[in-house]
Amino acid sequence: MLDRINKAQSDINAACEAIGRQINIMEVCGTHTVSIFRNGIRSILPKNLKLLSGPGCPVCVTDQGYIDVVLQLADRDDCIISTYGDMIRVPGKEGSLETKQAKANVKVVLSSEDALQLARDNPGRTVVFVAVGFETTTPATAVVVKEAAAEAVNNFCILSGHKLVVPAMRTLLSEKNDNINAFLCPGHVSAIIGYGAFAEIVEEFSRPCVVAGFEPVQIIEGLCEICRQLSAGKAELKSMYSAVVTEKGNIAAQKIIDECFEPVDGYWRGVGKIPQSTLKLKDKYGQFDAFERFGISEKPSEEIKGCRCGEVLCGLIEPPECGLFGRSCTPQEPIGPCMVSSEGACAAWFKYGRDK
Amino acid sequence: MTQIMRTSKHDRILLAHGGGGQLMDDLIRQHILPGLKNDALNELGDSAKLDLTSGSVCFTTDSYVVKPLFFNGGDIGKLAVCGTVNDLAVAGSKPVALTLSFIIEDGFEIELLDKILASIGETADRIGVNIVTGDTKTVEAGAADRIFINTAGIGIRLPGVELGFEKIVIGDKIIINGTIGDHGMTIISQREEIKFQSQLKSDCAPLADLTCELLANTSGIKFMRDPTRGGLAATLNEIARSTTLSVEIRENDIPIRPAVLAAADMLGFDVLTIANEGKFIVVVSPESADDCLSISRNHPLGKEAKIIGEIVETRDAPLVEIETRIGGKRIVQMPYGRELPRIC
Repeated sequence: MLDRINKAQSDINAACEAIGRQINIMEVCGTHTVSIFRNGIRSILPKNLKLLSGPGCPVCVTDQGYIDVVLQLADRDDCIISTYGDMIRVPGKEGSLETKQAKANVKVVLSSEDALQLARDNPGRTVVFVAVGFETTTPATAVVVKEAAAEAVNNFCILSGHKLVVPAMRTLLSEKNDNINAFLCPGHVSAIIGYGAFAEIVEEFSRPCVVAGFEPVQIIEGLCEICRQLSAGKAELKSMYSAVVTEKGNIAAQKIIDECFEPVDGYWRGVGKIPQSTLKLKDKYGQFDAFERFGISEKPSEEIKGCRCGEVLCGLIEPPECGLFGRSCTPQEPIGPCMVSSEGACAAWFKYGRDK
Repeated sequence: MTQIMRTSKHDRILLAHGGGGQLMDDLIRQHILPGLKNDALNELGDSAKLDLTSGSVCFTTDSYVVKPLFFNGGDIGKLAVCGTVNDLAVAGSKPVALTLSFIIEDGFEIELLDKILASIGETADRIGVNIVTGDTKTVEAGAADRIFINTAGIGIRLPGVELGFEKIVIGDKIIINGTIGDHGMTIISQREEIKFQSQLKSDCAPLADLTCELLANTSGIKFMRDPTRGGLAATLNEIARSTTLSVEIRENDIPIRPAVLAAADMLGFDVLTIANEGKFIVVVSPESADDCLSISRNHPLGKEAKIIGEIVETRDAPLVEIETRIGGKRIVQMPYGRELPRIC
């Protein structure tokens, strides 16, 4: 493994020297972010190669308005909120699910199946599944919605906050940050949507898109491929994760997503409204849509004073450039979403320390 | 009389078991004493009388609230003995006596209490330490989560042994007696909400035998500490903070079981921050490091002992740095301590 790393490292050095100017590569996957920090990858890269942590952590990009809806439902005695553990501490306008946990109607689940089981076990209450995540977790939500429909588990519903990666990349490049030179594309998401999904970014914006796995050697080889392309003045689509990712992706998973969901405009924390970026349950599954069942809607969140998570997510600043970072905003008492999730850029920066 | 007959038939703890009356006496004589018998305890006095051979002792206390009570590799009873004994051991003393106090929730199964007591007795026997006094309190349902244990312990300081942060100097080696993260990942994997199948096993073990052997047979040991809550990351950061020196460790040299690493990765934990209950680090002069290593490796609890890093000069601020598997470097922060509640 070290041989491969050394080879890639020296190729990166050569390419970056040839390019001369600063290169900004954005990863849009929380698992990449954590692996990059944990393995100290930045410390072995040349100075003019900058890695930016984009909107790749599902917790971070979940809007405050969505959390407020969840909190509103958590206050109802006739509801049980089932959620993945990492959503527990995400702050809404007033508090987080953690503060409601004492009421005992907030249950942490490890899978959407567990949430559906909760509904079967508690026929007298409505179980709301807090359905967040990118294309990796969406199929699992779709499966339980179909199951609930087939079994008529009518006290089950989901609050879909599922997000799509490609529309976010598009918005970043066209509206937020023109200085992103290339994307290191997420392995897990690509396994579902196929690396072909990034072709539009490569074609429209002339940015290299390279899919990589999560082992340090895979990340470094992915970065190496990007540097090679940039130094040759090319922008190509490439998957370095061929064991897992195909061009077309997981067709069965895509089918079930399509069957249950349709893309609508949605709010992303720190980024704002992104067209066609959020998944809503289709009408035929409307009875399992918590928004419809309770007649509630997501309001766009108010800005948190001083919090620069939006700029962090867009790759415009690095976490320590935010005035709150490490002072009033820490993993113990997070203010911005990027500090809440362990996969958030600020939390990773705080936990694994400054780069050398 | 009827009262006593009923007591022995109770299969659950009642509030009255902590009331100081017949029920409590019965609980002590029928359930607590049998497994722990020794002269000091049998007197059931208000205080234990101890005849110690040395004027210098170490004295410590710890409370145990682990959930679940029984886990692969141990239980709250074994933990309550090992945890306190290990605190005495790493301070450079030979543990001689423990206290044992229970806070038990109304309704707790006496059968489980018996199992915990058996485990306490067995562990104390194995170490050669006596439980010399104790206490039992019961609280209403809901006022405690089943059973909590407190133990305090006295150890006799080994002659000529002086350990402390102030002894540590640049160049000292850091040794650990085996794999990290086993206890914490076992507990978290057995929690109700997670319950994934695994081969994880807590490393919960009494360390005094090995620490005493090391201290008796090597010079040059500067400092010892058991990295429990907060894991290796917390212990090494304490060293850096207290000495104002820095610590450098190598990821490749830190023993970790693949199953522990896989579970930690899956759940998003950094193994360096995960609790251990049968591990200790030794900071030792470079000249004595090899002796320390070979003594450890000849002991059942130190077979996988390794030198994992060194004490180095501080550049800007004291810190702990790790060389990663790929040769990169990153800082190991003091964990913020919210990830794993009630692991010990």
